[in-house]
Amino acid sequence: MLRETAFSAAIGLAILVVAPLLFDDIYTLTVLTIYGLLALSLGFIWGFGGILCFGQAAFFGLGAYGFAIASINFADPWIAALVSLIIPALFAAVLGAMLFYGRLSDVYLAVVTLVVTLILFKFMNSTAGNAYKIGDARLGGFNGIPGFDTLTLPWDSSEYLINESLYYFCALILLLAFLGLRWLLSAPFGRILVGIRENELRAELVGYDVRLVKTLAFAIGGMLAGMSGMLFANWAEIVTPALFSLSQSAEIIIWVIVGGAGSLLGPIVGAFVLGALKFFLGQQTLVNNLFVLGSILVVTVLFLPRGIVPTLTPFFKRHRRRSRAAGNGKRGRGSRRRARHAR
Amino acid sequence: MDYSAVVVMEICYAIAVLILISAGLAVIFGMMRVINLAHGEFLTLGGYAAIMSNQAGLNIYLSILVAAPLAAAIFGFLVERLIVRFLYGRLINTMLATWGLSLAMIGGFSMIFGNTTTGIATPISGFALGNYQVSGYNLFVIAIAVLVIGGVYLILKTTRAGLVARGAMQNPEMAQAFGYNTSRVYMFTFVAGSALAGLAGGVMAPLVGINPAAGAAYIAKAFITVISGGTAVISGTLASAGLFGFVSQTFTFLATPVVGEIALLVAAVILLRLLPTGITGRFLKDKV
Repeated sequence: MLRETAFSAAIGLAILVVAPLLFDDIYTLTVLTIYGLLALSLGFIWGFGGILCFGQAAFFGLGAYGFAIASINFADPWIAALVSLIIPALFAAVLGAMLFYGRLSDVYLAVVTLVVTLILFKFMNSTAGNAYKIGDARLGGFNGIPGFDTLTLPWDSSEYLINESLYYFCALILLLAFLGLRWLLSAPFGRILVGIRENELRAELVGYDVRLVKTLAFAIGGMLAGMSGMLFANWAEIVTPALFSLSQSAEIIIWVIVGGAGSLLGPIVGAFVLGALKFFLGQQTLVNNLFVLGSILVVTVLFLPRGIVPTLTPFFKRHRRRSRAAGNGKRGRGSRRRARHAR
Repeated sequence: MDYSAVVVMEICYAIAVLILISAGLAVIFGMMRVINLAHGEFLTLGGYAAIMSNQAGLNIYLSILVAAPLAAAIFGFLVERLIVRFLYGRLINTMLATWGLSLAMIGGFSMIFGNTTTGIATPISGFALGNYQVSGYNLFVIAIAVLVIGGVYLILKTTRAGLVARGAMQNPEMAQAFGYNTSRVYMFTFVAGSALAGLAGGVMAPLVGINPAAGAAYIAKAFITVISGGTAVISGTLASAGLFGFVSQTFTFLATPVVGEIALLVAAVILLRLLPTGITGRFLKDKV
């Protein structure tokens, strides 16, 4: 396990360091990394917790708004960054407690998360005018909040994190989040979480507090989404209500399902591929962006319901096993079953 | 006196709109456990069909009441055959596939019609109620909503087709054993739900104007109304549309339309927290 983790850490680090050399648009690459983190947050709670949240954009938006508002009010943007993690995590914990202690599941859970996102969207859109402000920060309604201080180097507050340095910062956070979740999933907490996904009743009868575990997982997912929102605010240097929009939520779900919800790598790959595709499509006017994204989602659900990465993984695994001339079939079957249950 | 009459009418109108825009979704969800997240775009399609056929010279009532549902029904037929029928029984997958369809349709509309808002004039002029001006078309909307809900009730309760449909939903194997083709029944139900969505889109077209993304304004409300109503098609829709229409209009009068919308959403969250399977999951269980 340790060796495998070190192995994937090294590969991940290599990819993220080499990426700017292959892909010279560092601005786009940065936002792809941020999308990767956002997709990872949903991939964790959906793929491993079995919680399909239709409102991951709510935590993303809260993180971004939290950072912008706190950055205007506090002198140090790093305090703002901390605030922007705490707010979405707390919000997710409260919302999750409400959902899971109320025993809501699948479609009802989807509705409530969707509705909460819509409430935030509508509220933020209607906050134009001087009446709506938190400290010195005006919420600004439809136009959002521009002009807040972004992150600086911790030891030199005149050096802003932009371009390359922002990219490496985002890449580092993505890598840490990935490794952290891997560790969490191999720890008892993660095993209980997957056990609950497989059979909630059994886990409960064995004596685990299903509601608490799900709420905690939901809060972790919310915090990661908030973190990507914070990074997004640093990247875009403006936050607008569009962060809470329905299409933002849809996009996150598309990344995760296309990449594959049953793995941690899948959502990141999905976000990178589809995010890059979106930027590419944005440069031409022949086909509409949404048309392509929507069609991809339909085709994926119909023909590749497990997503790209879990579909391809067995092939790689088989090759590796063959070359080692050892291995048992149990593992491949187990991972396939996990992937199927993630639906 | 006049004022309270206007308020009551506005509340009835809000309820009627909720009933209209969620009827199609309710039929599909209540009968087949399928959530069609492209429902909003089916409404938009109906709206476009009404506007286009009206501009082509068709009578406005025919455009709204015939062309719009017809177009949506044909499209619904294609969607059912090509996408939805492979996903029955997989609730989340149907939601995701139809969400993809919804995005693709928004993109398709912008490619065909351009990113502009089109509309048609309201065919019924307003009239004065005491000191207040009242829109006559709102009364038309209320009448259509009553007809729709009454029609669905009568079809489900009194006709043989309705009986077969309800039987096929309750126990597919048994219906099949009796010689009914359940796949056909599902298809017709989906087409009927699509036609209702198209009708709602046609009826709403003169009021709101149609643009490619117009469906997004409906889908959330329709979705919430249907899920909160629970699985009984008629009583669930009536109960939740009545509740939410009342709440949102009351708050709109007391504060602003934005507060009204937010109040609707908050009411939905509280309702689902208290009744996790919708209103008809607890009350009115055996009704249609």
